[in-house]
Amino acid sequence: MEIDYLDVKGRIFDIQKFSIHDGPGIRSIVFLKGCMFRCPWCCNPESQEFAIQTMIRDNQGKVIGEDVTVRQVLSQVKQDRAYYRRSNGGMTLSGGECMCQPDFAYALLKEAREIGLKTAVETTGAVKYEIVERLLPEINDVLLDIKHMNPIKHKEFIGKDNGLVLDNARKIAKSKVRLTIRVPVVPTFNDKPEEIRDIVQFVKTLPGIEKIHLLPYHRLGRDKYRALGRDYLLDHIEPLSNKKIKELLDIVIDSGIKGQIGG
Amino acid sequence: MKPEKYEILKSPRIDRLVGRLFEKMPEIEGDRAVLITESYKETEGEPVIDRRGKAFAHILKNIPITIREEELIVGSATMSPRGCQVFPEFSYSWLEEELDTVTSRAADPFYISEDTKETLREVYRYWKGKTTSELAASYMMPETRKAIEHNIFTPGNYFYNGVGHVTVNYGKILEIGYEGLLEEVQAERKKCKVGDVNYVEKTHFLNAVAKSLEAVMEYGKRYALLAREVAETCSNEQRKEELLQIAKNCERVPAKGATSFYEACQSFWFIQMLLQIESSGHSISPGRFDQYMYPYYKKDIESGRITKEFAQELMDCIWVKLNDLNKVRDAASAEGFAGYGLFQNLIASGQNKEGEDATNELSYMCIEASMHVMLPQPSLSVRVWNKTPHEFMMKAVSLTRTGIGLPAYYNDEVIIPSLLNRGLTLEDARDYNIIGCVEPQKSGKTDGWHDAAFFNMCRPLELVFSNGYEKGQKVGIETGDVTKMETFDEFYDAYKAQMNYCIDLLVNADNAIDVAHRERCPLPYLSSMIEDCIKRGKSVQEGGAVYNFTGPQGFGIANMADSLYAIKTLVFDEKKVTMAEYKQALEDNYGRGLCKERVEEITKEVVEKLLSQGKKVREKEIVQIATMAASHGTSKEEREKYDALLKLIEGVPKFGNDIEEVDAFARDVAYTYTRPLEIYQNPRGGWYQAGLYPVSANVPLGAQTGATPDGRLAGAPVADGVSPSAGKDVSGPTAAANSVAKLDHGIASNGTLFNQKFHPSALSGREGLENFTAFIRGYFDQKGSHIQFNVVSRETLLEAQKHPEQYKTLVVRVAGYSALFTSLSASLQDDIINGTEQAGL
Repeated sequence: MEIDYLDVKGRIFDIQKFSIHDGPGIRSIVFLKGCMFRCPWCCNPESQEFAIQTMIRDNQGKVIGEDVTVRQVLSQVKQDRAYYRRSNGGMTLSGGECMCQPDFAYALLKEAREIGLKTAVETTGAVKYEIVERLLPEINDVLLDIKHMNPIKHKEFIGKDNGLVLDNARKIAKSKVRLTIRVPVVPTFNDKPEEIRDIVQFVKTLPGIEKIHLLPYHRLGRDKYRALGRDYLLDHIEPLSNKKIKELLDIVIDSGIKGQIGG
Repeated sequence: MKPEKYEILKSPRIDRLVGRLFEKMPEIEGDRAVLITESYKETEGEPVIDRRGKAFAHILKNIPITIREEELIVGSATMSPRGCQVFPEFSYSWLEEELDTVTSRAADPFYISEDTKETLREVYRYWKGKTTSELAASYMMPETRKAIEHNIFTPGNYFYNGVGHVTVNYGKILEIGYEGLLEEVQAERKKCKVGDVNYVEKTHFLNAVAKSLEAVMEYGKRYALLAREVAETCSNEQRKEELLQIAKNCERVPAKGATSFYEACQSFWFIQMLLQIESSGHSISPGRFDQYMYPYYKKDIESGRITKEFAQELMDCIWVKLNDLNKVRDAASAEGFAGYGLFQNLIASGQNKEGEDATNELSYMCIEASMHVMLPQPSLSVRVWNKTPHEFMMKAVSLTRTGIGLPAYYNDEVIIPSLLNRGLTLEDARDYNIIGCVEPQKSGKTDGWHDAAFFNMCRPLELVFSNGYEKGQKVGIETGDVTKMETFDEFYDAYKAQMNYCIDLLVNADNAIDVAHRERCPLPYLSSMIEDCIKRGKSVQEGGAVYNFTGPQGFGIANMADSLYAIKTLVFDEKKVTMAEYKQALEDNYGRGLCKERVEEITKEVVEKLLSQGKKVREKEIVQIATMAASHGTSKEEREKYDALLKLIEGVPKFGNDIEEVDAFARDVAYTYTRPLEIYQNPRGGWYQAGLYPVSANVPLGAQTGATPDGRLAGAPVADGVSPSAGKDVSGPTAAANSVAKLDHGIASNGTLFNQKFHPSALSGREGLENFTAFIRGYFDQKGSHIQFNVVSRETLLEAQKHPEQYKTLVVRVAGYSALFTSLSASLQDDIINGTEQAGL
């Protein structure tokens, strides 16, 4: 019997409408729970564990994570169809790492396309290429994070090296999908000009890159760490100055690739 | 935030004109009041229409005139910038009472000299018993007056003032001038035969019109003379030339048809300003300026007679002049219409009579003019339909991004069919413009009474809980003991019954006022520019217009939708709360103590009772009574109980989050107002049509509203227009817009108002503008009718509250219009600051 993709279940922790910085146009972002990385700057720490969690704020608990069907998700995503149509927007899968729930992600993308929506994924790219390959035909835009070119530093900060990420970047770049590279710029991790330059050099070897987005580190997620009973490890880090981030952007632009600050 | 760049150079003159406009507090001047009184004393006993024509002529002949420094378009209603005249024929007692406080009040203060106070006190002696307001009051049923006293609705606007709310046929006057119009009047006059049934009224009306038009032409000539006079002594050669050009313009217009864009601008301004000397009505709306001015612009540009920059400068000058007109309102209305607004709505773009897109160069220049002057007037609007050029939308949203609250966006795809449904022809419906805040109508043919009253939809629900009684008086009807109601339908029916009863009284109030205007203040000058007054020989007040409407506004839909849905869910479906508990909670304001107004009320009641018993009450005892009333509180246990109830209410889904079931409820609640109203007729031979917007009355009228079942505390503002309750739309701007779009905007053909507040970050860059355009388009695709935006950061507003002197020209969108933030009362400022801010993350 053929599976009805609308009945496929997965775990999400939010659907955010009117997102205008994560892919083209006006979009709804579906946040899938669970990630293989543990980036200490992550502004959605509640996205990292696959398990359903409770965040405690103002002495009130809030359950994070819900198992839902594709049908349920799409019924909400569909509500903003008028705005997608007018803005060339659509649905973006984010996380966590949406590819950690490959069947669910596939079903969501496929059914979204089935009803005429454009799709995008925000991904770390750190999964086996087979998974990526299966999803690609159902995706219009990939927003892929490249955090650092040095595999040792990558592993030191994030817990895993960047081998898979770079490998997948090369392969996705060869596919028909539109690829945008995003770099979260974090002081002490990758904010030196040479670190950004290395990433840009790599990106230049990829065919048909749309753009590089530099996403400056911010602290808006800090309180959520406490709410989850975790320590925030970057308390000592100050966000980048506008001047500094502008200098880094110039590195991108000077290389001949389109760049922008923020998504 | 300032616009990033101007597309057409801004003349340095404009900033100087704006600067001078705001140098001083606006002043009340007494000349008009004196002149009209003189004329009325001389015409005692004559037919009212004759008296009106003579009075208008007497005013225009004698009112002082001035040409302000550097202006290119001339004609001022007052000697001082942003000053105002007063209109005793409509009402005066409020101003008489407020003469000593009007300078120091919170909302829209006016300076008034001791001399003027003296003059007005003298003048007012004549007017006792002669105003439209007094006549209207005498025509109202006692029940109606009681409903007004109890703030179920307020017809204050036309009760105390002229009606205004009109767009005359500007294009025709630009073309043929008043001489041309006078010929039409005379031709019509010749057709009258002594034996005609309407001979008496028609000839008197036409004579009054002729007298008015002659006076207007003479008034133009006075400016020509003055300009020459000033030119003679002017030592600056460039200014001298300007003044001589002004003199030439005024020698020609408005008497004759305009032969150039400059003359057309001057002629337009005379029409616009003089309408506001004839009557005190506001919302005299220029309408489709880009359409009727375009032929003059096109001709001059093509012949090389004018540069685009100079045309823009002239338009900028008009924009400044629109802010030069002003109006003093009573203290309560000033809160309701705060921000010195005159709601002169000017609309750009849209389609023409044949259904083609009519966007032209002037449409863009209208937006540019608002960017140049950055002032609240005109209330700039744009019409949007499927063929509106994308470039034009981008231009419009780039103005929105400046935070000035302009333009407002209107959806042709909803408004045109809604006007067809009210009997307009297809051509007229396609040619609509907006009056005042959000009210659509066809220019030059309509007397729409678009702002006939504010109807507070929360108050009938209070009457359900009190079984029709308030403060020991019967205000509504008896719908039974609310605690004994067994089904939600029974409860909802009781609400509908109270609504219907109150709507009946509302109609009585408006029709009484309508008749009073007809009998005491017909307006020959205004009527001459509205079809078919001349042919019918009737003023608009007597039903001379082709289309006649009365449009009172309902507001509080979001509160009522949330309230009824909460009652249905908690009392009837889930049975978590009994109706008796709910009733008690509302009476106790959820244990949050009594609001200031209620404490004052109770204190007053007690004191009056003591006095009536012959007891003496000293100030000390009054304070004691007030303290007792204020502390009439609740025990700790009760407070906890109410906190739990409020939490339950909070858990019930709310309007504004794109939740089908709640939104369907809101749609139905809106019908409890819009549908019953449709069946009523007005004395001018037209029909009632509902609007759903509150201007800014949701704040002051909210202060007179008790706690509501949606968890809103007593005295808090009621929801703004069709917008969700402040802070209850937690699912982002698209969800809020989707909910609002689910209301039936078509039936509310007097306009709906949806206010969205955006943080500038949501609009940054070209992509921001693209997305913003898409947002408006998406809302309109779903048949929303109107949307407007406040784009300003919370921090900016808080700063402005602290340091008003630094933010004298900070403009915010209040409700259907833009106002100067610092001129708003503190409570309205708070309301704007606390509204949900839809920031794109």
